[in-house]
Amino acid sequence: MSGNNSLLQLRSVSKVFARATVDMVMALDNINLDVHAEDFITIIGSNGAGKTSLLNVIAGVYPPERGGKIIINGSDITNLSEHRHAQYIGRVYQDPHIGTAAKMSIEENLSLALMRGQSRGLGIATNKQRREQFRLGLIPLGLGLEDRLTTPVGTLSGGQRQALALVMATLSKPSLLLLDEHIATLDPNTARIVLELSEAIVKQEKMTTMMVTHNMELALRYGNRLIMMHKGRIIVDLDHKQRKNLTVQNLVTAFERASGELFADDSILLSTANPNARPPDKQ
Amino acid sequence: MDVLVNLLSAAFYEGLAYGLVAIGVYLTFRVLAFPDLTVDGSYPLGGAVAAILIVNGVNPWLATVAALGAGLCAGLATSLLNTKLRITALLAGILMMAALYPINLMVMGGQANIGLLREITVFDQVSQFLGIDDKVTLSIIFMVILAIIILLILNWFLRTEIGLALRATGENEQMVRGLGGNTDMTTILGVSISNGLVALAGALLAQRGGGADVGMGIGMIVMGLASVIIGEAIFRPRGVTAILLAVVGGTFIYRLFIGVALRFHLVSASNLKLITAVLVIIALAIPYIQKKLRHEWVPPAARM
Repeated sequence: MSGNNSLLQLRSVSKVFARATVDMVMALDNINLDVHAEDFITIIGSNGAGKTSLLNVIAGVYPPERGGKIIINGSDITNLSEHRHAQYIGRVYQDPHIGTAAKMSIEENLSLALMRGQSRGLGIATNKQRREQFRLGLIPLGLGLEDRLTTPVGTLSGGQRQALALVMATLSKPSLLLLDEHIATLDPNTARIVLELSEAIVKQEKMTTMMVTHNMELALRYGNRLIMMHKGRIIVDLDHKQRKNLTVQNLVTAFERASGELFADDSILLSTANPNARPPDKQ
Repeated sequence: MDVLVNLLSAAFYEGLAYGLVAIGVYLTFRVLAFPDLTVDGSYPLGGAVAAILIVNGVNPWLATVAALGAGLCAGLATSLLNTKLRITALLAGILMMAALYPINLMVMGGQANIGLLREITVFDQVSQFLGIDDKVTLSIIFMVILAIIILLILNWFLRTEIGLALRATGENEQMVRGLGGNTDMTTILGVSISNGLVALAGALLAQRGGGADVGMGIGMIVMGLASVIIGEAIFRPRGVTAILLAVVGGTFIYRLFIGVALRFHLVSASNLKLITAVLVIIALAIPYIQKKLRHEWVPPAARM
């Protein structure tokens, strides 16, 4: 699995919170991961497994413990600040409020997103040419946002904001797209639309993607590779062939074998809607 | 009639001069969501730097620009405390405000005030240049030109790519960083520009008012806030240009209000800041009380 053609390489990446206290948490425990170009990885795991910590370290929100390395497109970005990571990485957050600025207009939000990876200068941020570009970027959403460029984003619904956040994350074609449970707060119908949009954009732009989800069925249906995390470690890593005929039940079994524990996360089981899923056991 | 004209014209040029303070306060409090208290120190800093340079024979224009530069540095210091050492905005401003008091005294060579009545100021030079002797007319013309220039620059700047990132920083820092924007840089830029404008106002009002005083900045923050709030409440502006104009308009109304109250002895000069503080408290409390009465208020944590 390793090699020099990896788009993203994580080497010995660990993260400890509240070190030397009773609350100490090993959020990430010596993660080694190679993400290949055009991979679409779905990441599952119970609460506290380290999924969001993994994305936060990749996005540069906080650095890994000393000795860890994050390499993207061959350059070591381990010690760069978050806004420098962002030149390579687009991210859609669980909360639509984090991905967009409410008091600013749709076109102003998109202008901010357009400048990812470029130095921001003293040119006027929204001009005719850019408006046209934004319009073209919004049409595929089918939400009519392309005709409301000067509307403040705060007046949009959660689903519309998340769709806009998705366009903003991908507008300047970053090397890597991080989707952090980005449909978790949306109603089922909107969630489906945003998810399909995500897949369409990822396919069209051939974008390398890591998607965190709580839903095992989605994790199996989308992408070409599946990672399961537990207690800060990657315990299952399945490529396209390995997960092809997998069911949610298989995943639960795989989890139990790899972690040496009984599967006991109600939230995942309940969100699968799988009649074969077993009731949550406690050890 | 004369009284009215005098009141209006005084409110007009004072409104424009203090309008620079209000715009500075607006940039930090509203645009950056950075409650910056440096203002109470950077305003007299501007006055002190301009005054000491002018009495030492420096060209008044140069002295005024130097005052602006000193204000920029004060804002820079505050924003570095916040962005590089992670001291909260409020505390960073308080620390700088406290530190600036002795610094201002030092700048003025240990004196608590410096008179400029017998010195040649920028107002005198413009008066000569335009051939206008009337002090009030001159002040109005001078301040109108200056205000137009500064508003045009800010109106442009806030629409640039950097300006957009600056505005977004105050609203959603996490998003700006996620889109590759350096929020430390935008914060430093915004707080510096804000204090530069405040110090410029200090330099101009020291020259217009006959001198700089180490205590001239006390309550400047509250006054600036009052102007911003009045401007927002009365004009309900939308968009960058409208907001900038509303803030200056708010300052004018505030100065007029103060002028009338003082002229007709409704308040004494010594109570002015108390009255202003009460005004700000009322203006800040009204929206909450209205919502509470209509059962519309929702705690911030529960807002979606």
